[in-house]
Amino acid sequence: MNDFYTKCIAQTIQRLNNQQFNDMEKTPFFHALKIDEDTCIGCSRCMKICPTEALRVRDGKAVLMPDRCVDCGNCFKVCPTRSIYIEQDDFEDIFNFPIRVALVPAVFMGQFPNDITVSRIYGILKDIGFTHIIEAESSIPVYTAAKKKYAAENPDIKPLISTFCPAIVRLIQVKFPGLTENLIPLRAPIDITAMYIRRKIKEEMELKDDQIGIFYITPCAAKIAAVKNPVGEEKSLVDGVINMDSLYNRVYHEIKKQGHGYKEQKLPVSQLSADGVLTSLTNGERRLSDARHSYSIDEIHNVIEFLEKVENEEIEDVDFLELRACDQSCPGGILTCDNRFLICERVFGRARKIADRERKGEQTKDHELEEERNYLMRHMKVGEINPRSMLVLDDNIAVALEKMKKIDEYRARLPQTDCGICGAPTCDALAHDIVCDNAELTDCVFIQRNLEARGNMDVHESLKIMEVIWGKAKMNDYVKKK
Amino acid sequence: MHLEYQVYEADFVNAGAASSAIKKTLKQLNVSPQIVKRVVVALYEAEVNAIAHAYGGMIYADIEPDKIILKVEDKGPGIPDIDWAMQEGNSTASPEVRNMGFGAGMGLPNIQKNVDKLNVTSTVGVGTTVEMEVNFT
Repeated sequence: MNDFYTKCIAQTIQRLNNQQFNDMEKTPFFHALKIDEDTCIGCSRCMKICPTEALRVRDGKAVLMPDRCVDCGNCFKVCPTRSIYIEQDDFEDIFNFPIRVALVPAVFMGQFPNDITVSRIYGILKDIGFTHIIEAESSIPVYTAAKKKYAAENPDIKPLISTFCPAIVRLIQVKFPGLTENLIPLRAPIDITAMYIRRKIKEEMELKDDQIGIFYITPCAAKIAAVKNPVGEEKSLVDGVINMDSLYNRVYHEIKKQGHGYKEQKLPVSQLSADGVLTSLTNGERRLSDARHSYSIDEIHNVIEFLEKVENEEIEDVDFLELRACDQSCPGGILTCDNRFLICERVFGRARKIADRERKGEQTKDHELEEERNYLMRHMKVGEINPRSMLVLDDNIAVALEKMKKIDEYRARLPQTDCGICGAPTCDALAHDIVCDNAELTDCVFIQRNLEARGNMDVHESLKIMEVIWGKAKMNDYVKKK
Repeated sequence: MHLEYQVYEADFVNAGAASSAIKKTLKQLNVSPQIVKRVVVALYEAEVNAIAHAYGGMIYADIEPDKIILKVEDKGPGIPDIDWAMQEGNSTASPEVRNMGFGAGMGLPNIQKNVDKLNVTSTVGVGTTVEMEVNFT
């Protein structure tokens, strides 16, 4: 007993010089979410909110486990010091291309008050450097048709799960590996639109591929990860990503410069259908689906709860699932610039106006990308979407069984308070980390107290362990008046 | 590795808790998703049987490197004719239970489809034991 704990303490302290997690050596997955170690105060809010338990605290800083992270952005939202940030391409990168296309999602237009027209925003995007503007949802008619075709060809796969939200695709890969075959292996609408606009410009202007730069304006981190490290594809069809909040600032700055009473020049805007405008909202895909039984579920914890049941086949006879990681879907993205409910209402308002025009015959429905429909339909499929379970303890079942027995033993000794003082989000996560050699039982503050009471650990040793987890700065003498 | 779960009569609210727990365990063991699915579907059926048709019971799971052995033991009315109950559409469920969406007579046949070994023993008035095995390879 004594020796065991002495070893534990020694190993914990040794870990001070080796902050890497064992998991990290495996496949490097690209994540748009980064942690700024200089400003992170090690408060552990991010660790506690992460739906896939992908964060730990070591040496007073949040540490990300790349195999587990699905880029949902919950950590970004709760960080009090804005130390979790989202890497983006430099805006000036657009000028590396003679032709600069802004691939703008409908939710971007929803950031601005109603009196600022789509045409005015188009004008500003051109003023700041883009040569072409296309709305990302232009491909919705062809995307919807492709989904229906896939559903008709695969009547045995139930439920079919939409791949519209990239955080959901990654969540299913890491947490619900048994459901990867239910994912509809089609390109996302932004990729289809990018494919279309590239072909069109190439033909019209007789240009080469590398003369056209397509930049997506993203409302979330998951889309960035999907562009930089696409699932089921080798290379993305998009050349770069610009964060919605930073572009919003640029555009808003121009609006302010134009001032009140600005007389805009009417620019021809793309005639997005009402269906297209609504797609990135919750229920946007489901309302277009012919599935008999379907659900649309938003917010990642809701999705996890539902998928647990789907995986157990407790919910039967479901044909289609539209799942979105953010509350209210894309308007709730972490890079949007206003309250998600306000954004939703603005997007709805625009869709209502367009639907009105469609009813009066002033705008045709489903006409978008019509001329390229056949080409796009042929290039819709992505490769296999493979599971990459974060739960697997070992590739060998016998070894994994041994590890699991150990996890159970450790779990039985832990207090089940999920206090997070060990630097792991829950007692179960700590037990898991111990077995994977990323933590020790003596990291638990309850165990430390018990050992001190037995005389097996002295108080300086337990303080040393706390220092390894929470860093020197947090081990100030708080009792002493500052 | 040995796991045990208790289930209670007519506790439909918690039906599936044992299957969920075992699913989580199997996922951690890197058992292939297809096999996990078969185990979960079979166990869920048996679990619901014990809840819907009997007076509750116990679920025992033994996980070995190459297979999982499951035993669902209920105290209940028992099945008078097991061969009859193994055929699709045959059910001893009360109208009440059928109204809740259970008792379509698909339980045992569905289990049979998903497991590699199945043994059902029953004594009328005492209870039913369903033993199942699913191989991992």
